[in-house]
Amino acid sequence: MFEIVEARTLARGIKLFVIEAPRIARKQKPGQFVILRLDDRGERIPLTIADADATAGTVTIVVQAIGKTTMLLSMLEAGDSILDMVGPLGKPSEIENFGTAVVVSGSVGTAMAYPTARELKRAGNKVISIVGARSKDLLVLEEEVRAVSDETYVVTDDGSYGDKGLVTDKLKELVAAGQVNYVLAVGPVPMMRAVANLTAPSKIKTMVSLNSIMVDGTGMCGGCRVLVNDSSQFACVDGPEFDATQVNFEVLMQRNNMYREQERASIERLQADPEAELKRIRDSVHSHECAAEAAAVSHE
Amino acid sequence: MSNPPTKVPSHNPLPNKERVKLPRQRVPEQEPQVRAHNFQEVNLGFPEEQARQESLRCIECSKPGCIEKCPVSVDIRAVIDLILAGDYLGAASKVREDNALPAITGRVCPVDDQCESGCVLGKKGEPVGIAYLERFVADWERETGQFGSPVSAPATGKKVGLVGSGPASLACAGDLIQMGHQVHVFEALHELGGVLVYGIPEFRLPKEIVRHEIHVLQRRGVVFETNVVVGKTVTIDELMQDEGFDAMFIATGAGLPRFLKVPGEHFNGVYSANEFLTRVNLMRAYRFPEFDEPLYPCTDRDVIVVGGGNTAMDSVRSALRLGARSASIFYRRTLVEMPARKEEVHHAKDEGVHFEMLVNPVEFLGDEKGNLTAVKCIRQELGEPDDSGRRSPVPVNGSEFVTPCSVAIIAAGTSANPLIQSTTPGLATTKRGYISANEETLATSKPGVFAGGDIVTGGATVILAMGAGRKAAKSINAYLTGLVVVPN
Ligand SMILES: Cc1cc2nc3c(=O)[nH]c(=O)nc-3n(C[C@H](O)[C@H](O)[C@H](O)COP(=O)(O)OP(=O)(O)OC[C@H]3O[C@@H](n4cnc5c(N)ncnc54)[C@H](O)[C@@H]3O)c2cc1C
Ligand SMILES: Cc1cc2nc3c(=O)[nH]c(=O)nc-3n(C[C@H](O)[C@H](O)[C@H](O)COP(=O)(O)OP(=O)(O)OC[C@H]3O[C@@H](n4cnc5c(N)ncnc54)[C@H](O)[C@@H]3O)c2cc1C
Ligand code: FES
Repeated sequence: MFEIVEARTLARGIKLFVIEAPRIARKQKPGQFVILRLDDRGERIPLTIADADATAGTVTIVVQAIGKTTMLLSMLEAGDSILDMVGPLGKPSEIENFGTAVVVSGSVGTAMAYPTARELKRAGNKVISIVGARSKDLLVLEEEVRAVSDETYVVTDDGSYGDKGLVTDKLKELVAAGQVNYVLAVGPVPMMRAVANLTAPSKIKTMVSLNSIMVDGTGMCGGCRVLVNDSSQFACVDGPEFDATQVNFEVLMQRNNMYREQERASIERLQADPEAELKRIRDSVHSHECAAEAAAVSHE
Repeated sequence: MSNPPTKVPSHNPLPNKERVKLPRQRVPEQEPQVRAHNFQEVNLGFPEEQARQESLRCIECSKPGCIEKCPVSVDIRAVIDLILAGDYLGAASKVREDNALPAITGRVCPVDDQCESGCVLGKKGEPVGIAYLERFVADWERETGQFGSPVSAPATGKKVGLVGSGPASLACAGDLIQMGHQVHVFEALHELGGVLVYGIPEFRLPKEIVRHEIHVLQRRGVVFETNVVVGKTVTIDELMQDEGFDAMFIATGAGLPRFLKVPGEHFNGVYSANEFLTRVNLMRAYRFPEFDEPLYPCTDRDVIVVGGGNTAMDSVRSALRLGARSASIFYRRTLVEMPARKEEVHHAKDEGVHFEMLVNPVEFLGDEKGNLTAVKCIRQELGEPDDSGRRSPVPVNGSEFVTPCSVAIIAAGTSANPLIQSTTPGLATTKRGYISANEETLATSKPGVFAGGDIVTGGATVILAMGAGRKAAKSINAYLTGLVVVPN
């Protein structure tokens, strides 16, 4: 059982959770993720570790509610518990002194890229962050990002905050100025693909974080496989970060659509009576807590 | 482990010539047309009277071939006699002397290559239904709730960590706790049991049975911790240095799926058997939407499964139960070479599974949305025997053909997961990435670290994994009591 010690809304549909998970907090590195399961009927979903405190034994995740599981998770509050959480999974981000590193992120991707940006800064890079969102109310962690970046640019699709436009517009300027040594892009697939296309001609080392659909997260199922350099790689163990020039984004998008119909049905079921579903998972987790306590007592 | 067959006064009233005339009892099963649409257990097990009838067939050989052929040498002759004496609990205890998980092996052991292949009755007719009898006594024990847990030795104060919760670990845990050690099992997934819960489907091995075995171990004091990926969450060295484990047993299985490495394997609808079975069994996708895990739809569609082992049979029969319009096995050799248990092949046939022999996929085809539409195969013929002694398939030039299908499941074997090997300095591995362990002691190259089951042998069987767990427990006990254990 993994207790939520803090929960707060960061932006419309985006919520931050601080969760007690001492083993994960001790071992995690920037770029790694956890897989969690809310209750005993739930699916396992991957979420990036946005921050951690080894002393307090907690990890922080930032979640955008886009489907059944993330919506339900977003209804939880401090004091609630999550049934299963495993990690840290995946390879940590590559951290070295590249020179000038540009971190490009879109909406919730900003939370996912934040720990890597911080680590790049610590490693001596000049860090330039380009943070994008559809509109102002979807922007997260702006203050945190500014604190670890030498320069920060905010762009919104609708111009409601920062510059109006796309993250790639800003990146294009920087690349044209010729001072970029490294790019990390984290966000929606079309954005990452655009970044990859943009930096490819100038051969700037560019990494993207691939959000494929996962089950176990340990290399056991192969469901997360992505086409990289025309061969199958498992995003959960070989990634999630890959060299952008090698990634087949088309296949990634197609595979992420694999369960469209079922996902839609699940959302409809949830929305029909969200409170009942919330109560059901709370009861289920509570009964597991009781069972675990009983088992502990019988050992003594 | 191999104890000589005990001489017991026989409880069989029949003379041998009467016994050999008795027909093998047919085990009650769900009707094929019914079971092909549900996930409940197919084989319903012997009722008491049938178990007694079947036991009467045993002619009590002086050199029982069945015991010789059992990888852990269960004293089958004595077990059968105890059944005839009406002492079912005694029979169960007798099995448990050598086999820690009889309700499980009684359901999944490859008996056609083991005990039953050693039965002399099989030379002229049909062998005694040993697995059914084993299952009968184990189920009797569980259903009557009479399993008295053996008394453990006094606490030694030593702490042993087991990695993985498959049959190798469960068997090892049972023996170590008995010897008085503290036992802590780490499992990567959220549920305990290894392949027994994520691989083998409910209709062949109800999860309730695995859960029962785990509860028994919990009651005896074994501590289980799920959601720990050793090598990621914590390393072997950290467990030994910082968390005070005196010895470790690594039993992480052969969990990595092998793909065919042919074009088109990325199309939606192409699954590894591991993923398909994990979604269906571990995540209960067959009960979607009550359970959240989705599955690429099989209902009213054509499903093909590539492979000929138990994993292939489990996949194809699951697809059928999910409402597939057609469910076919595509295997590159013939029925004779198929490694699956014979019972599963028969069950699959009765349920309506189609078998396409001597074919091998060369490409998967899909539409513009990235969804699988067909598989292109090439016909094979059998050539010379390969290393495994089976005749190896050779492609027939120009014999390619295309079969439409919406779902393709690849059950072409598994390999070792490198997570622990790559994060444990000093742990020697084989060329193929399995952990090297001494055959007699299961000691690895690293002091205090032992390994067994599929992670050492490659994909094998439940009974062998369990046997390895017990062997490791013996060595670990010797190691902890200061005896020298031959390292690898
Ligand atoms: C390594 C990794 C790290 C991630 N980190 C974060 C994070 O820090 N914060 C966060 O909010 N999300 C993160 N994601 C995405 C997150 O896992 C998905 O949003 C989640 O699985 C959706 O589950 P659901 O049941 O809510 O939605 P579903 O109903 O399953 O899906 C809703 C929609 O999301 C798409 N989708 C489904 N699965 C995924 C997926 N795995 N990734 C992306 N889109 C998906 C589908 O196309 C569908 O249209 C990460 C994904 C990966 C692989
Ligand atoms: C579909 C299928 C059907 C089968 N049918 C039969 C059959 O009918 N009869 C038969 O005899 N055999 C059968 N087998 C083979 C048999 O199941 C295996 O040989 C046996 O389970 C091996 O046991 P094990 O304990 O070595 O490993 P496993 O059962 O594989 O268990 C290993 C466990 O370790 C966990 N693990 C892995 N890595 C880590 C880590 N780093 N940290 C923590 N935990 C970890 C895994 O999650 C898993 O739970 C079948 C196998 C499959 C896949
Ligand atoms: S999620 Fe199963 S192998 Fe990556």
